[in-house]
Amino acid sequence: MSWFKRIRSGILTSTEEKKETPEGLWHKCSACKFISRTEEHAEHLFVCQNCGFHDRIGSEEYFSIFFDNNKYKLLNPNIISGDPLQFTDSKKYTDRVKQVIANTGLKDAIETAVGKINGKETVIACMDFDFIGGSMGSVVGEKIARGIDYALKKKTPFIIISKSGGARMMEGAFSLMQMAKTSAKLTQLSKAKLPYISILTNPTTGGVTASYAMLGDLNIAEPNALIGFAGPRVVKETIKRDLPEGFQTSEFVLESGFLDKIVERKKLKEHVSFFLEVMTANTR
Amino acid sequence: MNYLDFEEPIRLLEEELEKARQIAENTGIDGSATTSELEQKIKNTRKEIYGNLTAWQKVQVSRHPDRPYALHYFNILSDNTFIELHGDRTVKDDKAMVGGFGKLNGEPVMFIGQQKGINAKMRMYRNFGMANPEGYRKALRLMKLAEKFNVPIVCLIDTPGAYPGIEAEERGQGEAIARNIYEMFNITVPIICVIIGEGASGGALGIGVGDKVLMMQYTWYSVISPESCSSILWRSWDFKEKAAEALKLTSEDMLANKLIDGIIPEPEGGAHVNPEEAAQILKQTVTEQLAKLKKIKPEKRIEQRIKKFEAMGVFED
Ligand SMILES: [Zn+2]
Repeated sequence: MSWFKRIRSGILTSTEEKKETPEGLWHKCSACKFISRTEEHAEHLFVCQNCGFHDRIGSEEYFSIFFDNNKYKLLNPNIISGDPLQFTDSKKYTDRVKQVIANTGLKDAIETAVGKINGKETVIACMDFDFIGGSMGSVVGEKIARGIDYALKKKTPFIIISKSGGARMMEGAFSLMQMAKTSAKLTQLSKAKLPYISILTNPTTGGVTASYAMLGDLNIAEPNALIGFAGPRVVKETIKRDLPEGFQTSEFVLESGFLDKIVERKKLKEHVSFFLEVMTANTR
Repeated sequence: MNYLDFEEPIRLLEEELEKARQIAENTGIDGSATTSELEQKIKNTRKEIYGNLTAWQKVQVSRHPDRPYALHYFNILSDNTFIELHGDRTVKDDKAMVGGFGKLNGEPVMFIGQQKGINAKMRMYRNFGMANPEGYRKALRLMKLAEKFNVPIVCLIDTPGAYPGIEAEERGQGEAIARNIYEMFNITVPIICVIIGEGASGGALGIGVGDKVLMMQYTWYSVISPESCSSILWRSWDFKEKAAEALKLTSEDMLANKLIDGIIPEPEGGAHVNPEEAAQILKQTVTEQLAKLKKIKPEKRIEQRIKKFEAMGVFED
């Protein structure tokens, strides 16, 4: 069993580890237990060939899915977290951040990049769940803000791929204000008539849902992602009964009227490319 | 009167004072020396206790059962001209979010805020100040109405959070809050937001984007309540005092971190000791701030509003 896990975490975490993953090993689907070769699973964009379960992947993988020939330039890759509250719980926030940086090879819970999607220059901000649960702190807000500034300057569309448990509690109200900061920047994008597509992946909850994830000109989700404001545990504790089947899934959120479309990962680029084309054809 | 645990010395003195008054009344003996001495003692005790509150105690004061709520302030700020307006025009009227027109010193203002209940029955009716999506949408409808007729907006924030229920999720709690935050950035009229009690997370920010964001002295504003923070980060409900300190959620901390624009002082011992005075202080502050904001051109106000929030964040580059 443990070697299944090892491959999975190899795929999902750092690039260093991934390179060390021996070829010819196996992936086991966490939903249906279907076994496939790791390379094959990667070729299928980490979606189970048997049941369609979408494994959680990181910014690097999404950039390779969207950008032509996997060519792109990272924007502001060196911004790292401060410690505005000198926060300590079971450990110091600064130590926690250092450790996660060392473990994941990521600098924070989001990466921003510019590249071409079927020839169309686009800025993508993609969250990384492996970095403290994809939590939104000052770095996430700042990178989105600067990503939008870049899009405004170069007149490109903007995409955010969300994947987050919500706010970065260790940054307290600073984290909360990132909801306002990112929303403020999105109004500027809107005034410039540049498209903003929000892609919601598993999970997208809390302050991220209550800000940029729900503010797309189009809101698109991967299938069966957990999407909500309050986490399911909190809702359950509040109402003191079991939650209905399929509650807070992409499908539930679409039926409730808050998503434009659910798109499988392998069709994401094609769809996004089409939408960008129709949204920019008459605004040039 | 209700008393918080750390207000016990005040309660005992108040009790003593009441007894002294009774004795004086029953016996006809002049007890004014004793009562005025006790009154002075109460004042000093209150000053001492309230001069040394911990972050957690301030959170307790913000939830004091006798603390005035939004409608109390609307009525006094508007010299009782406030008329409530209902409904989001789509689903229903959310009783946890109230709003309407009133006149502040004769000038029209749109008042909006979360409302908590004043007794057990009303607390249920007001859903403990936890709005559903329709509450946020009602608030936005009223803001747009105000904008259309060039009427400034005053938002009074007091919520333990947006309601985390099944229907709230179905009707898009996240979208409702996101939409409000987004739209508030481009409202052309002046917006003043004041935390008058609890400022919990997105539920507070959903009516919290303003040209001036102020906190009353004994309130809190953060991304999560100290109790929930304790349960998540310390994996126990027992660290709420610690979490309250760590979150830097008091008005002083929030001002020091430049996340708010100012603090509105409260009467000695908190707004609940003298709700009328608390409202008068608030009225004065809002009047002054509105006068200043009205002098700025709408485009400039919007630009400054966006810039202020854009500057929030601490990172290394
Ligand atoms: Zn499967």
